[in-house]
Amino acid sequence: MLATRVFSLVGKRAISTSVCVRAHESVVKSEDFTLPAYVDRRDYPLPDVAHVKHLSASQKALKEKEKASWSSLSMDEKVELYRIKFKESFAEMNRRSNEWKTVVGTAMFFFGITALIIMWEKRYVYGPLPQTFDKEWVAMQTKRMLDMKVNPIQGLASKWDYEKNEWKKRGQEEGAVTPDGGRDVCLWNRACCTSPLLLTWSSSE
Amino acid sequence: MLGAALRRCAVAATTWAGPRGLLHSARTPGPAAGINTLATYDLVPEPKIIDAALRACRRLNDFASTVRILEAVKDKAGPHKEIYPYVIQELRPTLNELGISTPEELGLDKV
Repeated sequence: MLATRVFSLVGKRAISTSVCVRAHESVVKSEDFTLPAYVDRRDYPLPDVAHVKHLSASQKALKEKEKASWSSLSMDEKVELYRIKFKESFAEMNRRSNEWKTVVGTAMFFFGITALIIMWEKRYVYGPLPQTFDKEWVAMQTKRMLDMKVNPIQGLASKWDYEKNEWKKRGQEEGAVTPDGGRDVCLWNRACCTSPLLLTWSSSE
Repeated sequence: MLGAALRRCAVAATTWAGPRGLLHSARTPGPAAGINTLATYDLVPEPKIIDAALRACRRLNDFASTVRILEAVKDKAGPHKEIYPYVIQELRPTLNELGISTPEELGLDKV
């Protein structure tokens, strides 16, 4: 009880002195970023502060003239008043730019660098392709698949004409229709056009 | 579209016009608070609301904000290019009375 009384006495003194210190501290200038800021935004037409904070003498005189009838203001004075309060007009803040060209160009540039890296990688890092990619191997593989009639209804074997011993022509398949005929299947088996095989550098027939 | 938003506009007008008399702070918010709030709504304010805002700017001797408000109205209309000329047409008596120039007359609509 006595201790708390003493404490409260000390506490009051401490508080009063610290209040003096804090009051003095509040005289210190606030940082700019803590004060309301000016923004040019479509969804915030009237910002919290004016654009120009410190007016010249002529601007101050103009501000006085603003208090009178606005019909007495000239066009230039009206524009000056606008420029004091606002940085960019709506037309200026909404203007288009050519930035997209820079962005697309930079993206394509790095795409090209990546292509160079991959070319280097193919030449110096990767080993040879397996023999299963050789034209001869694929031909033997395809022949074997046809012999065992792989996917005879809609797939590979359905595209082969077993009487004439050749690939069926477009529009010749019975039954199901595929959008690409037998060509893409044939091409795949010749290992020409599929994506991991871009690295084979082989020409398509 | 304007008619459909009239009720909301009227509500918005009363909310920022009304409490001014009840504020205890030293500074009244002026047209800025109301216009900034209206700008966040999906509507173009009715001419009579803009009229009230322009008159508020006149009371506060703030010419630049009148031009800014008209710019904001045109921007709010977006692709509906027939709205802004209608609003200006309805506001023309007020613009003449207060001596307010449109952004187009001041050349501020060009980049």
